[in-house]
Amino acid sequence: MNEDFFRVEDLSIGFGGLKAVDKVSFTLEKETILSIIGPNGAGKTTIFNCISGLYIPNSGRVLFKGEDITGLKPYKIAMKGIARTFQNIELFSRMTTMENLMLGRHLHIKTGILSGATFFRRNSRAAREEIKHRERMEHIIDLLDLQYARNQFVGSLPYGTQKLIELGRALALEPELLLLDEPSAGMNTEEKQDLIFWIKDIQDELKVTILLIEHDMRMVMDISDRILAINFGKQIGEGSPEEIQNNPEVLKAYLGEEESSYVSS
Amino acid sequence: MLFQLIVSGISIGSIYALVALAMVIIYKTSEVPNFAQGEMSMLSTFIAFMLLASYGQSFLVSFTGALIFAVALGVFLEFVFLRRAKDPNVLSLILITLGFEMMIYGVASWKWGAEQQSFPFPVSDFDIVNVGPAVVSYLNIATLLVTLLLMLILFLFFRYTKLGIAMKATQQNMLAARINGIRANRILSLTWGMSSAIGAVAGMMLAPIATLDPNLMMDPLLKGFASAVLGGMTTLVGSVLGGYILGIIETLFGGYVSLQFKSIVAFLIIVLVLCFKPSGLFAKHYVRRV
Repeated sequence: MNEDFFRVEDLSIGFGGLKAVDKVSFTLEKETILSIIGPNGAGKTTIFNCISGLYIPNSGRVLFKGEDITGLKPYKIAMKGIARTFQNIELFSRMTTMENLMLGRHLHIKTGILSGATFFRRNSRAAREEIKHRERMEHIIDLLDLQYARNQFVGSLPYGTQKLIELGRALALEPELLLLDEPSAGMNTEEKQDLIFWIKDIQDELKVTILLIEHDMRMVMDISDRILAINFGKQIGEGSPEEIQNNPEVLKAYLGEEESSYVSS
Repeated sequence: MLFQLIVSGISIGSIYALVALAMVIIYKTSEVPNFAQGEMSMLSTFIAFMLLASYGQSFLVSFTGALIFAVALGVFLEFVFLRRAKDPNVLSLILITLGFEMMIYGVASWKWGAEQQSFPFPVSDFDIVNVGPAVVSYLNIATLLVTLLLMLILFLFFRYTKLGIAMKATQQNMLAARINGIRANRILSLTWGMSSAIGAVAGMMLAPIATLDPNLMMDPLLKGFASAVLGGMTTLVGSVLGGYILGIIETLFGGYVSLQFKSIVAFLIIVLVLCFKPSGLFAKHYVRRV
């Protein structure tokens, strides 16, 4: 069997009579970025929900490092090393930034009640654990420039910052595969520029493979290695950014009959 | 007399506070008021009584046994009934808890219903100390201490343990909790077990001053619910304060105004709170942005 890093085979799921995702297949190479594009309601987020275990697909398989992970519970998927963010930020709004990030590390924290209660000396087991986790947190905070928000309750922070915190929390899980659902939604041009920079950084530095849902075409064309285009749940094209830009099917369905300015540019 | 009434108010307020606490812990996670709460603690108290009276076990063994039973009962309710509900809304969940309440009430009436029992307790209500002008029984003191200790444990639990933090996270955003590797279903079961154990403590502290029969928790449940509404259904500290406030107001009303109408105070308070500050005295008004 071909050992791809991540592969989705003939994934289908329907709600009532509606086929939300219809036989979608794609493969993702390690340490690359694949973007899923398509109009609103095309089934992009549904694909994410199937991968992360929130929905169980009607048919098809999801393979991660050669292992079939279809239909596993969300916490098991997280344990395999797949983290995600949501389109409408899902944070623990009455906790601070740091606490949110720490919760991303939930799976990695091994301290039980007993070793936690004996947290006295600097080199006790619990203390060493805590220091290790804090170091990782600081790294993420540095990476995303979140220093100022560290001890603030996330509910009161600006939208863009909340999006970054969610990204940070996903990174705290130390994922091998990161699913980003419209990370730039609601951001202004400047914030989008930063985000592109950060995503590239994350990929270089943390060696994470990224699956991205994004509407901003400039961003998609800029950072994707491969692009998958879907419409009404069906796959209408897959390939490199250049191939997608010249795929007549995609142009027709997604960008309209006319060529848009940012495609020709 | 005023001081004496306040002392009794604090004593009964501790019971209300515990019931309110048990209710709020569930409400925060499952967003359903658990109307089986009272009968669950009543049944656990009867288990303690059975271990004490019929099997001659020590207080320590009996109380521990009752607490373990209470946890199992809470987990059972969540796992066997609530989790099976398909696409539940709040109303159907409330109905499930009401049904469970009736089942327990039926079982308890069948097993112990006929006679009223007096519940033996290691601390007496008749040994007293004089604090200023007031008379305080050892039982009053024990009840207050147990309540405070339990609250301290809960505070430490939610603040410092991995499980407690996972519980808090599940309360705030279940979707995000699941995606971050928290087993939300297991957390739910544990929450119900924990709440049931707190309720059992309330039952066992109440039993020595009341008579032990299947109606034991009926009144305290409603008062506890009123306290939770008063303090705000979403805050642990608020619900506890609500319990004490209600206990004191109620006792003062009974002492100065009318003993017969003492019980209506709680409901009057519910109505007033719902009219003027629906989210409760101590809860930050929380509106979810859509």
